[in-house]
Amino acid sequence: MKFAGLRMIGLLATLVLASVWAQGGRGTIYVSFKDDISTLDPAIGYDWQNWSIIKSIFDGLLDYEPGTTRLKPHLAEKYIISKDGRSYTFVLRGGVRFHNGRPLVAQDVKYSLERTLNPKTQSPGQSFYLGIEGAKAFVEGKAKEVTGIKVLDQRTLQITLERPDASFLHKLALNFAHVVPREEVERWGADFGKHPVGTGAFKLKEWRLGQRVVLERNPQYFVAGRPRVQEVVFLIGLDPNVAFLRFQRGEVDLLGDGIPPARFNEVMSSPKLRSLVAIGEQLHTGYVTLNVKVAPLDNIKVRQALNMAIDKQKIVRLINNRATPAVQILPPLMPGYAKDYAGYPYNLEKAKQLLAEAGFPNGFSTVLYANNTDPNPRIAQAIQQDLARVGVKVELKTLAQSTVIEAAGTPGQAPMVWSGGMAWIADYPDPNNFYWPILSCAAAVPGGWNWAWYCNQDLDRKAQALDAMVQPQEQAARVAGYRDLFKRIMEDAPWIPIFHEKRFTLRSARLGGPDSIYVDPIHIPVNYEEVYLK
Amino acid sequence: MTIRYFLGRLFQGGLVLLAVATITFGLLYLLPADPARLVAGRSASPESVAMVRKELGLDRPLYERYVRYLGGLLRGDLGRSYMQRTEVRELILSRLAPTLQLTLLGIFAELAIGLPLGILAAVSSGRIWDRLVTVWAFAMVAAPQFALGLLLLYTFGYLWPIFPLGGYGSWQHAVLPALTLGLTGGGWYARMARSSLREVLATDYVRTAKAKGLSPWVVLGKHALRPALLPIVAMVGADLGVFMGGVVVVEAVFGWPGIGQLAWQAIQQVDIPIVLGVVLVTAASVVVGNLLADLMYTVLDPRVRYT
Amino acid sequence: MRQRWRKLLSDPWFLAALAVAIAVVVMALLAPLVAPYDPAQQFPEGITADGQPLPPGGKFVLGTDLLGRDLFSRIVWGARTSLIVGVLANGVALAIGTLIGLIAGYFHGWIGGLLMRFTDVMTAFPALLLAIALAAILKPSIWIVALVIALVSWVQVARVIYAQTLALSRREFVEAAVALGATPWRIMVQHLLPHLAPSLVVWGSLGLASTVLLEAALSFLGVGVQPPTPSWGGIINESQSYFTQAPWLVAFPGLAILLTAWAFNVLGDSLREVWG
Repeated sequence: MKFAGLRMIGLLATLVLASVWAQGGRGTIYVSFKDDISTLDPAIGYDWQNWSIIKSIFDGLLDYEPGTTRLKPHLAEKYIISKDGRSYTFVLRGGVRFHNGRPLVAQDVKYSLERTLNPKTQSPGQSFYLGIEGAKAFVEGKAKEVTGIKVLDQRTLQITLERPDASFLHKLALNFAHVVPREEVERWGADFGKHPVGTGAFKLKEWRLGQRVVLERNPQYFVAGRPRVQEVVFLIGLDPNVAFLRFQRGEVDLLGDGIPPARFNEVMSSPKLRSLVAIGEQLHTGYVTLNVKVAPLDNIKVRQALNMAIDKQKIVRLINNRATPAVQILPPLMPGYAKDYAGYPYNLEKAKQLLAEAGFPNGFSTVLYANNTDPNPRIAQAIQQDLARVGVKVELKTLAQSTVIEAAGTPGQAPMVWSGGMAWIADYPDPNNFYWPILSCAAAVPGGWNWAWYCNQDLDRKAQALDAMVQPQEQAARVAGYRDLFKRIMEDAPWIPIFHEKRFTLRSARLGGPDSIYVDPIHIPVNYEEVYLK
Repeated sequence: MTIRYFLGRLFQGGLVLLAVATITFGLLYLLPADPARLVAGRSASPESVAMVRKELGLDRPLYERYVRYLGGLLRGDLGRSYMQRTEVRELILSRLAPTLQLTLLGIFAELAIGLPLGILAAVSSGRIWDRLVTVWAFAMVAAPQFALGLLLLYTFGYLWPIFPLGGYGSWQHAVLPALTLGLTGGGWYARMARSSLREVLATDYVRTAKAKGLSPWVVLGKHALRPALLPIVAMVGADLGVFMGGVVVVEAVFGWPGIGQLAWQAIQQVDIPIVLGVVLVTAASVVVGNLLADLMYTVLDPRVRYT
Repeated sequence: MRQRWRKLLSDPWFLAALAVAIAVVVMALLAPLVAPYDPAQQFPEGITADGQPLPPGGKFVLGTDLLGRDLFSRIVWGARTSLIVGVLANGVALAIGTLIGLIAGYFHGWIGGLLMRFTDVMTAFPALLLAIALAAILKPSIWIVALVIALVSWVQVARVIYAQTLALSRREFVEAAVALGATPWRIMVQHLLPHLAPSLVVWGSLGLASTVLLEAALSFLGVGVQPPTPSWGGIINESQSYFTQAPWLVAFPGLAILLTAWAFNVLGDSLREVWG
């Protein structure tokens, strides 16, 4: 009799719990990663793995519609841009709480931005916000706060820039501007990255170093119906081949590092597995930089000849057709991409002719740097062989990534660099992110990432003018302006664009949602808030 | 072994660690890579990189950085990772236990597989078993642990799921990694046991024992094995240290949360504090391993005396 | 002595090892003649439309690698890399090890102690880390790889030479030489070295085996010789993540490493037995 009563209570309890669960997120999904997650601090985390996880724990003023590159307000309910284009006034939405229960106020946004700017934080995103009025003085220690960020009241914030920046809203959508609670940062200090507290869809439930990270649903998340799962478990330390075996056994739902290269063809040729693969583009271009300050690459005809000597189809074949050959600088998803641009064709005869015209009928010798992780040495060797056909003898230096980056950023040291494994995926879907960091005069400095050392002052001025076009009605003209700018750069051929990598995400059959969230160009690699179990 | 000798060895060990720390510090300084640039990331302006360099203390002269580091070591502070900002001590400690466990299990497996085979080879000297064991020893030494590990995982974790597919937590998780280590490393022990035992079997005093009419098993067990095991003990001592650095591949294949992976990632990112920490821990384990081996020596061979 | 030699030369095991060793040396020396194709040539017909290498058979005896190059030619030329690195690295390791071991063993006292503590430090060092760091600092090439391997391998030689020198120094002929007023240098070179020579030869051949393995390990870690120079370890490194798809790319170079290491080890062991 007693036990029957207990059993009834137990059953009721289970039913109640189940229904509570079913209203919100349901179930647990398992994601595999090889490397340990370095940090979940939004001001610091900047790698492939933690980018989307941080977006799941924290929020910014703006976000993108899932699976797309379209901006939308997020923590900010609405915003107004001033007539001179330099000031943005944000009204925060109400009812947003941090995971520790405290409501969000405008002061928190100011605190978070100042924290990213603060040199003590050593944030990789600091440079994005140096354009805010007063930021430079703050960073140099001459001011105690950033005067350009004004808290007007509990829910209103105004940010003023030194000069208008059409990409500033994108920069505010980056992780580096996501909002953190001051009291938790002060409590954990430098260990905040291992004890993240934000406003996001998920809370950190458990982190066993080197083994697993578990996120659980935030029941008070301000977006109704999100997230759609109860828990996300990240299994760390799994070799991609082993992760694949686990996937086949149903122990892993998502391969965080992608389909292992060895299994790629097998997956794509099996109809059952193929249907579980989401394919998408990313904001990526792989290219060879031609150092315009090193002879004989300082001769434009030589650079154009090299552009015509590479068989890009063959290189794409080498990586199992996981990319599309590239003829221009911008990737297809980027505004400003020129659909009908033909670029330099693959033409060995023309290449040899150009070389002869430039004074090198018998070719010349040069050096190509590449990263030593697969498949980059192979791609470098393919490029080496292609150039040998027009008489250019390339010596290869396949070195550790840090060494290549160092050499490429040293004036006069690296004539050619294959960017694979190191560069360039855009931080945000705006064309100026493909100009300023990697092709501008400002970046052609020691330690910069303009490894072609290309500097055209006219284009720097033109880009600045384009970035000043902030108003919505100017956007079409701005995009057209950048399209022309990049075409102009290709005329000087400081790069050989090789391919644009595509994204392939394999997911288990029990995961639902449109393909686009599995190859989300912003929430890389997967948008965890949108995923659900069928 | 006297207390005085033991303390002397500890002191020497400390000096060795100091030397290792110094050499590593120098090597890392010479690396043609700039940690500040890597921490500041690809989007940082030169000013941002300079600020990061100042925060990390990398703009100070080398000797100042060295002295600060040594000072920290004395306090037990290994610094903070450049990339993760987590304390190196915490990172290493969290991964030390799994690596130690794998080390002990691996050495046990190597001995369990290698010793019997080596003894077999020595006893059947010149004949078929001897040849087979030698060939096996070489095959295993040249075999990539990666391939063998994956093969075992695929066979016993996937096709016939007796064991879990990698990971850490129970003794079942440890069987396949230990087996991989035992098979690939057992060859060394087999060869060492074989050559060492053969030498001992050829000595006068063993031959005398045989001539006295004692059964070959008694000769083996009572007279030959003990001295033959001395070099093995030395190998185990050295192995302890090698393992700490050398199980990266097995850890990677089986997803074993050990130090190897930590070190490998840290080297790629030029995360100097972690690299220094791991090197010191590895060197310390070598010193301790050798000391333990020497202790075992005295147990095995009373003739060996340390003063 | 002669008896031992005769026994050796009629032992099929030894002869097999000798044959393999000679084959490897021949492959290395005569690579341009033995290899059917240029090892760096990437054949368009060497990979399929979706980038798969070809299995053994047909035009490419042992198959092709991930760039469409003939595996057999690369293995033949790889012998050259392995031997150059092996001979160089061993030579340098033997030279350094002998020098340090001799000096430490002969003079013992505090010089000996200091030198031996130095070798202790070197063994405490994680060798592979040292190799990676050195390779990164010095920019890898075939010479640097040899140097790095030598710097990691000399310690073992030094230890053995030290022990042997200690033992030899107590013998009468050395005492006699000292009494006659010979300089330490003279004693070391004229009296001790000849006795150490057999050990050196043994260590040389054993060392060759281990340097082949070390070179493979370095290539494994991406700090070996620069592509497209073929090296057995380098081929495995390039192909290991595809090993389920193209096992021949790991099996054949692996076999080459295994056979070479085995052959030189057997040679070394046998010589040790003859002279020992």
